[in-house]
Amino acid sequence: MKEEELTIGELKSGEGGIIVSKLDDLLNWARLSSLWPVGFGLACCAIEFMSTASSAYDLDRFGIIPRNSPRQADVMIVSGTVTFKMADRVKRLYEQMAEPKYVISMGSCANCGGPYWEHGYHVVKGVDRVIPVDVYVPGCPPRPEALIGGFLKLQEKIRTKSVLRPKALEKLMSKDAV
Amino acid sequence: MQFEEIKSLIEKELPEAILGEDLDSTPTTLIIKPDSIYQLCSFLHLNENTYFDSLSCLTGLDNGEEKNSMEVIYNLYSIPFDMHLMLRVVLDRNNPLINSVSEIWKTADWHEREAYDLLGIYFNNHPDLRRILLPNDWKGYPLRKDYVEPEKYHDVKVKY
Amino acid sequence: MAESFLIKSEPLKYKESDLKTEEMIINLGPQHPSTHGVLRLEVVTDGEIVVDVVPHMGYLHRCFEKHAESLAFNQTIPYTDRMDYVAAMNNEWAFVMGVEQMLGIDKEIPKRIEYIRVLVAELNRIASHFIAIGTFGMDIGAITPFLWMMRDREHILRMLEWASGARMLYNYIWVGGLFYDLPVGFEERAKEFVDYLKPKLKDSETLLVNNKIFIERTASIGVLPADLAINYGINGPMLRGSGLKFDLRKIDGYSVYPEIDFDIPVGTGKVGTVGDCWDRNWVRYEECWQSIKIIEQCVEKLLGEHKRTKEFDPRALVPKKIRPKAQDFYVRAENPKGELGFFFRTDGRADQPLRCKARSPSFSNLSVIADISKGCMLADLFAILGSMDLNMGEVDR
Repeated sequence: MKEEELTIGELKSGEGGIIVSKLDDLLNWARLSSLWPVGFGLACCAIEFMSTASSAYDLDRFGIIPRNSPRQADVMIVSGTVTFKMADRVKRLYEQMAEPKYVISMGSCANCGGPYWEHGYHVVKGVDRVIPVDVYVPGCPPRPEALIGGFLKLQEKIRTKSVLRPKALEKLMSKDAV
Repeated sequence: MQFEEIKSLIEKELPEAILGEDLDSTPTTLIIKPDSIYQLCSFLHLNENTYFDSLSCLTGLDNGEEKNSMEVIYNLYSIPFDMHLMLRVVLDRNNPLINSVSEIWKTADWHEREAYDLLGIYFNNHPDLRRILLPNDWKGYPLRKDYVEPEKYHDVKVKY
Repeated sequence: MAESFLIKSEPLKYKESDLKTEEMIINLGPQHPSTHGVLRLEVVTDGEIVVDVVPHMGYLHRCFEKHAESLAFNQTIPYTDRMDYVAAMNNEWAFVMGVEQMLGIDKEIPKRIEYIRVLVAELNRIASHFIAIGTFGMDIGAITPFLWMMRDREHILRMLEWASGARMLYNYIWVGGLFYDLPVGFEERAKEFVDYLKPKLKDSETLLVNNKIFIERTASIGVLPADLAINYGINGPMLRGSGLKFDLRKIDGYSVYPEIDFDIPVGTGKVGTVGDCWDRNWVRYEECWQSIKIIEQCVEKLLGEHKRTKEFDPRALVPKKIRPKAQDFYVRAENPKGELGFFFRTDGRADQPLRCKARSPSFSNLSVIADISKGCMLADLFAILGSMDLNMGEVDR
């Protein structure tokens, strides 16, 4: 092939303008690099979430920007104690989010009731009794580093997802699904 | 104005209101007849020698089934005279009912709602007596000594 | 001008003044970011005008009073931290002070411990006020002050973490003493921090407090008269914003505050009416300067008169068993948000109180919202909410 026959695009990059990849990888990459959490705080952990999002820890560098509407969000951070009065609201917010959606349970209270496990008559002992949780971040409240660690864990989890989900399909076909 | 002076002032105005006193407590306490709490509070609020213009705290209290009584405790504070006074009212546990003081101090409004919410003490003439902290369909009064946690609330297990 | 031209050539059938507006109910929260947590407001509006506001809370009711009844006094201290979680030191100090006074050991506490308590509490007060000022700015649309405030607050958190091991909820002040003495070099670091903070605080004055847009949004909005404030049991910067010089640190003179020289800033209506949103925020801002003054004096004492010795043990007076005699007791202290009071009923036989009630400042401060926001615009409601500096953990307990 003579040099004059090459197109402009090929000349610029020096190689072909095509990247070959799996659809899974492309979707996962897009999802994990722009995780937008619903910006709502419940308790003490919300202040640590604010610290994480602001100057010192700068959560934006991971592409994580809090959105105020659940319709625009991918991930929900349950930051703090979930009480029974709030549990219905948390569930409703979760239902309003568009798929695919993920939940990070931040702090001991959201994980298991935390210090309120014994006498807290009005505290839900773990948000996983209300909505499914992907990543648990321990701590009371967790340090900002721990929350960032939780996000990185979630990214790892998203990276291995597949659109086809053969296992879920198998389960559906065998009618064992609940 | 000292505690004794306040006491004699009240005795002059409302002779049957005081049932006793408790000098061990901080601040010192007068035990008041439940019926006369509203008159007494408005007297203390308006009198120019006492002028208790703020209600610091209002506490409801359950003494349990043995004593079979409930109490409401008022912590009054007078800003111009820098003076404290605690009032205590003992109620029947089977029928805890008392006049509201929320007309005198607006603070009492929410504090009384809280006492109603957590202990089930009813306040007469309260403008808006409903649960404040717990959801409206919550069963029972959690700060009573014989309170048992419900098994489930809205299909979520309560116990750990 | 353009309007009259239009109306003349194509006249409208209706007059604007004849139109009726319908009242409607708007539900705000409990997830709305401007409500500072999980407060729900039921707002009745007539067009843009607020007719009535009904606050609904309890979305963070974590049963503090049940825990206090069921756990020993020293076990309850961490729960007081979680009430007002941005000013944990002040909370636990108020609780500890009450228990110490009930036991009768409050006079025996060494001066060094008291000065350390004042130092950490004032540091935490600055941190709390920074959150208040920063989020107030954010509520009405200014994001930069929030980022600046959080940057400076981070230094305080790291210092307190150095002392206590936790960033936010410390459990540092114990009944009869402290968890641990200050780490070596803390006093010098505090001095360094104060020198760092002063110019930054000046910056935030020009950036937010005296910013023209900020003044336009907050001056003469949500005016709270002092008599109404007292009737509602409002304390702290909200009451001082209304012009009353009332500070429990001066009036009750607890701990070593009588030995320390500081002023009480009050609202004067510098840009609007006394007791408006700007005044409340300005009082908080000025209190940061006063806290700096207190910290400087504490550091001086802790390096000079009451300096660290080898024999000094901050846990020497911590009682093995905390069992006060039977009594009713009410204690109060000045928190960043107002008067935090604890009512105790002890029977002298148990390690727990029979009843412990927390009278939290935010609870009383919030109750006035319906009265001061009637008739304001809907957008001003958030200015009022922001100027109240609510903390829902404390409202619901």
